Amino acid sequence: MSDPSSLQDIEIRLLLEAIYLRFHYDFRSYSMASLKRRVAAALVRLHCATISELQGKLLHHPETFVLLLDVLTVQVSDMFRDPPFFRYFRERVVPELRTYPSVRLWVAGCSSGEEVYSFAIVLREEGLLDRTLIYATDISADALARAEAAVYPQDRVATFTENHARAGGRRSLSEYYTAAYGGAVLDRSLRSNVVFSDHSLATDSVFAEVQVVSCRNVLIYFDRNLQKRAVGLFRESLSRRGFLGIGAKESLQLSGEAEPFEELEREGKWYRRR
Amino acid sequence: MVPAPLRVDAIVVGGSAGSVEALATILPACAASSLVPVVVCVHLPPQRASLLPELFASKCLLPVREIEDKQPILPGIWFAPPDYHLLIERERSFALSADDPVNYSRPSIDVLFESAADVFGTSLVAVILTGASEDGARGAKAVRDAGGFVIVQDPRTAEASTMPEATMRAARPQLVASVGDIAAILGRICNRQSAR
Repeated sequence: MSDPSSLQDIEIRLLLEAIYLRFHYDFRSYSMASLKRRVAAALVRLHCATISELQGKLLHHPETFVLLLDVLTVQVSDMFRDPPFFRYFRERVVPELRTYPSVRLWVAGCSSGEEVYSFAIVLREEGLLDRTLIYATDISADALARAEAAVYPQDRVATFTENHARAGGRRSLSEYYTAAYGGAVLDRSLRSNVVFSDHSLATDSVFAEVQVVSCRNVLIYFDRNLQKRAVGLFRESLSRRGFLGIGAKESLQLSGEAEPFEELEREGKWYRRR
Repeated sequence: MVPAPLRVDAIVVGGSAGSVEALATILPACAASSLVPVVVCVHLPPQRASLLPELFASKCLLPVREIEDKQPILPGIWFAPPDYHLLIERERSFALSADDPVNYSRPSIDVLFESAADVFGTSLVAVILTGASEDGARGAKAVRDAGGFVIVQDPRTAEASTMPEATMRAARPQLVASVGDIAAILGRICNRQSAR
């Protein structure tokens, strides 16, 4: 390979191999283009001139990994991001869920929890939260801790509020949080039926049967093989006629895993297991 | 005038304020048979679906589509979707990311241009149009450093000159031209590499 940038490609592949061997986190099937940007950000944050230097630091100072993992996985989402997605859930999925005695919903790759609480609020407003169990999973312990804390910066609340209304919110979002610590603290009762848990779509297997899976803007960080693996887990986990929601610009067709699913709504990106 | 590279694998175009009008001159100049993908990244409001793909579909000879994740990069005109960064994978597919905005923008032109430069190197043509931010200047420099060809809309003809001026300072573009001249040169590139 004469391509000058391939040196960087080699370094990244070695770094990912080192992370896998040393810490058992598997980023080897992540989208390389996004990973490159995140690794570049990690070099700045961890004061390394090259990726190889970062690799050395990581192997000899394992405590570095916590910081690196945060840079590689950190993600900020909005509550009710893509309001039509949640509107569809409320108007079309919830009526079906009502006919079940109990509901299990899996938010895969929950990051700092914005989506978990968006679902919890819709389910509360529709009177279903009490008989729903929400599994919120992520590979980052830091993210899970943030999700569990449920404190969001005050400057993001205006967007959350607008999104909630556009998603068909029945009450004001302000009924679900109190202002404290310079942020909005969500009502504790929203998480009483939420189980936060460490789970990797790259290395772990199915852990429960669920009626709804939501995994949005997570698959975009995976290559096609890992996308296939993840969607395979969702298929195995979903009960028959269970619902799968993905990100607005993600595609089961392009991941090569569309066959087991029926497309319900193209814009809202809801699918149903055949 | 500096000649454009002989072999072009992709054209990336970035713009902001005023760029829809400029695109209306440029994009229809690409022949229907062109094999060169044209990838457009325009700053858009995040909360709404973009109307641009539909708007340009009726004006252009090539198929115009909004990008979804992992879409293979085929000939045609491709628009970055709102509220995602757009990147290029080595196996020549598009990738999206929901990482934080760059230069207050998502999609960011810098993000697209840097990853396109990484993949296409010397066979990339990058175009910066009118815009009121400096997004794109860094990306254009990455394109230039990787041996690609950078074209900038003449700031004197731009509705907002910040973006082209910042790019001229950062990236030493090979060509600074009016929208009409940019349309002509892109039209020639597309014509030369077409399935006639």
